[in-house]
Amino acid sequence: MGELPNQIVQGVLVGGLYAMYAMGLSLSVGVMRFVNIAHGDLIVLISFLILTLIHATGMGALPATLIALPIAFAGGYLLQRFLLQRVLGKGVLPIILVTFGLSIIIQNGLLGVFGADTRRVSGGGIETATLKIGGGINVGVLPLVIFLGAIAMVMALDWLLYRTRLGARIRAVSDDPATANLVGLPSARVYATAMGIVGVTIAISAGFMSIWTNFDPTAGPSRLLIAFEAVVLGGLGSLWGTLVGGIIIGVAQALGAQIDVGWQLLAGHIAFLVIFLARPEGLFPKY
Amino acid sequence: MAEALLDIEDLSVFYGPFRAVQGVSLKVGAGEVVSIIGANGAGKSSLMKAIIGQAGRTEGRIGFLGEDISTRPTAEIVRAGIALVPEGRRLFPSLTVAENLTIGWEVGRRGEIGFDEVYELFPVLAERSGQLVRSLSGGQQQMVALGRGLLANPRLLLCDEISLGLAPVVIADLYRIIPAIRDRGIGIVIVEQDITRSLAVADRFYCLLEGRVNLSGRPAETSRDEVARHYFGM
Repeated sequence: MGELPNQIVQGVLVGGLYAMYAMGLSLSVGVMRFVNIAHGDLIVLISFLILTLIHATGMGALPATLIALPIAFAGGYLLQRFLLQRVLGKGVLPIILVTFGLSIIIQNGLLGVFGADTRRVSGGGIETATLKIGGGINVGVLPLVIFLGAIAMVMALDWLLYRTRLGARIRAVSDDPATANLVGLPSARVYATAMGIVGVTIAISAGFMSIWTNFDPTAGPSRLLIAFEAVVLGGLGSLWGTLVGGIIIGVAQALGAQIDVGWQLLAGHIAFLVIFLARPEGLFPKY
Repeated sequence: MAEALLDIEDLSVFYGPFRAVQGVSLKVGAGEVVSIIGANGAGKSSLMKAIIGQAGRTEGRIGFLGEDISTRPTAEIVRAGIALVPEGRRLFPSLTVAENLTIGWEVGRRGEIGFDEVYELFPVLAERSGQLVRSLSGGQQQMVALGRGLLANPRLLLCDEISLGLAPVVIADLYRIIPAIRDRGIGIVIVEQDITRSLAVADRFYCLLEGRVNLSGRPAETSRDEVARHYFGM
């Protein structure tokens, strides 16, 4: 059996990680209607938090990530309440500038504290475990877990947004913050909660990323780029679309790597550009 | 008049240097329907926004159940028992009928009005509870807006231009429920440009001109001519 099916399977699984990066961004773009330039840096920041927890206490990657979840929720809540909310609704530019500034602060803060070295977190063996699924295809256990995790994340967020009262509140504020305020639903508090949820998705993807790939303080922007491409490909506001977008980029990269290793990243961007030209609104737009 | 629910004293509302409401005093009792009339720009909507805590800078006192609420945030005012049915309906278009109503229920105070009561007043909403509100007719959307306000279990319901843009037969259907709400002991403030309609259901009225009250009284005891003269400032 050829290499091709194997590469496609690996690409699909990588797409799961990309979709995880993108899920929080998909929420902030699709629901709160702003682009968070610091999204990738926040993932890296939480990765360093997990790394620090592991080094300081000797705990495993899983408990460290679980500890990071409530911290990331609180961080997202406070970030929205006391910084992002101040510039929201004042045009597109201020929020981009503020999150761009935040990105620079996080990168330089991490460089100052941790240095420029490339890091990785040990997953206790899961990162090297593989499953043979026949046909010459081997599937890494970790990528498979991440892929299933991404699907679970989409289902959980979909349920939260469309099946719960909190979700209805978030969508109401997303529809019209001024009306929400007028009828007694404080939009700032609802958005802060939404950003807390974004923080949780960031912590989960940071936990997986820190085991699967190397990271350093300046790794954020490249994560943001891929996340952004996945969100746009999938269509604004569609979480399932974001998952599909991540998979498309993952598969394109895997196929590009077949031609030449140097083509790996480029192929992902080319696939994005081609689909973007054909369908600027994305594959499954909600708006 | 019954015991005063809302007691506004010498209220002014500012937009920058512009004073949209100038020293207005008015009272609304429990179970009383009060109509506020006035031409475009008379300050009616600014007054509504001030009561609900969304007007920016105000001066004067807005007493509600004996407490000054003029500096409180809207969410607290709604929980204390004032709900606004805003001009232009202002529903959440991507939410269903039931979800829009739920928002009202969640932000309000606990009380006897629940979904059953609202669906009894507007049976069509029960049939369409799972539909997105943007698929409803204008009149049905206004019913959702009223229902959302009622589900907050207000002691005072503010209705801002609820008949705007609707057909007369639809308006009549909406106004039919005003007495039913009043009979629950809820105070109602109706802001309308349609004077005939709102004076017909009101116990008392205030007429605003350029941000000031220039006439108030009971519709039954005031001639149409006098109302018209004050409305137009002649």
